[in-house]
Amino acid sequence: MSTNGNGPFVDVAGVSKWFGDLQVLDHVSLQVSEHGVVSLIGASGSGKSTLLRCLNLLERVEEGDITVDGVCVTREKIDVNALRKKIGIVFQAYNLFPHMTVLQNVMLAPRKARGVSRNEAESRARALLQRIGLEEKADEYPDRLSGGQQQRVAIVRALAMEPKLMLLDEITSALDPQLVSEVLALVRELADSGMTMILATHEMGFAREVSDKICFLDGGRILEEGPPEQIFTEPREPRTREFLSRVLAGGRMQ
Amino acid sequence: MHALHQVLHAFFNLHSFTLAMPDVWAGFQVNLRMMAVAEVLVLVIALAIAIVRGLPGRGAKPLRALAIAYTDFFRGTPIIIVAYFIGFGLPGLSLGYISRQSFTTYGIITLTLVYSAYVTEVYRAGIESVHASQRAAARSLGLSYAQTMRYVIVPQAVRRVIPPLLNDFVGLQKDTAIVSVIGVTEAASLSQQFSNTNGDFPSFLVAAVFFILLTIPLARFTDYLVAQRERRERAQAF
Repeated sequence: MSTNGNGPFVDVAGVSKWFGDLQVLDHVSLQVSEHGVVSLIGASGSGKSTLLRCLNLLERVEEGDITVDGVCVTREKIDVNALRKKIGIVFQAYNLFPHMTVLQNVMLAPRKARGVSRNEAESRARALLQRIGLEEKADEYPDRLSGGQQQRVAIVRALAMEPKLMLLDEITSALDPQLVSEVLALVRELADSGMTMILATHEMGFAREVSDKICFLDGGRILEEGPPEQIFTEPREPRTREFLSRVLAGGRMQ
Repeated sequence: MHALHQVLHAFFNLHSFTLAMPDVWAGFQVNLRMMAVAEVLVLVIALAIAIVRGLPGRGAKPLRALAIAYTDFFRGTPIIIVAYFIGFGLPGLSLGYISRQSFTTYGIITLTLVYSAYVTEVYRAGIESVHASQRAAARSLGLSYAQTMRYVIVPQAVRRVIPPLLNDFVGLQKDTAIVSVIGVTEAASLSQQFSNTNGDFPSFLVAAVFFILLTIPLARFTDYLVAQRERRERAQAF
């Protein structure tokens, strides 16, 4: 399926970004192969979310290049709307459209951004909602759903555009603990189906389970990256060790 | 005591009140027509200006400046002055069709110009109150800037500003009487005529009653919407 030959599906090369005087990304380089799942871990403010937002150009990169599916997206004249149709992103705060029903939320982008007919968009949206067990909530407004249900709707809203890459930005951080598992189950299913994904997460157990690669970010840099077993059992960098022991003490790793 | 009695009699004379009713009611039809047309125009034009004012990018800077100049000018100028400019200015300019309109039309133009400036600010506040994450969510799904405005931002913004919008419409309704200074025959000017002829003032009371009867349901409806929103927001907080 890949259109870029043998190169990585996502290639981040030496990306830097500043918010004013504050450097939030510092020469970040990262490769994600097609069907690969990469988890970004690190403290809040380490640059995980910013890196994800740079990938679909919600944030501008000031230095370096990002290539997605063979297209350099940091060039000047890129069609951002076309790029974003290929990249789904799910946010910590769900960001469903509160004035639309669940079904309308899922149908909007396929209809307006891709020109899919109403009937087709609706039947596909209903099928997606059925897949996550929320078909009976199709005509409810988001504020009638639990946080976990809203987040699952946000995931299928992104999936309705049939993206080739999914970016998940701390999608369980705003959820009550008992609602986390239903969302993670859906992400696990996506990983199993071969979706290419980059996730920023604080769920270390989950990251270890689904990822091919873990990147530890610290102060806007990727300090250490490697397969989950290595990162979680024998991290090389003292900062990684320190972070993981702090997280483990907080009971975030099951 | 005698003076008070005289004043009361001059305003609250049931006989004269009843006599004035048909004339003033006929004039009030003109007010109703002016407010109906102006309100629809204001809703559309103000939204367009608010959107222009929020356009991103350096290229849109002249348009944004134009929108700001418009709202500054028409919010700052007393409506009666605008009415004179339009009502006496446009006919004198020999602009063909534009200079041959009725005073009622000039009144509608005045109301539309002035109230579009107010309502632009109302819309703008509404648009800015929609959280940036909504825009990010819409854009990241591949919707264009225009589609994001149309399907995600503006619908939410408009719902939020309905109470202040209705509030401005109460003002617009009453100002139909002010713009009639340029010569529109409507409720206020007809009650003035009636008063001149009869030497008393109940005709003004008739006009006041008509305006109040129109305003009260709108005010109660606004209260109802505000209360409903508060209920919903409280329900969400729990």
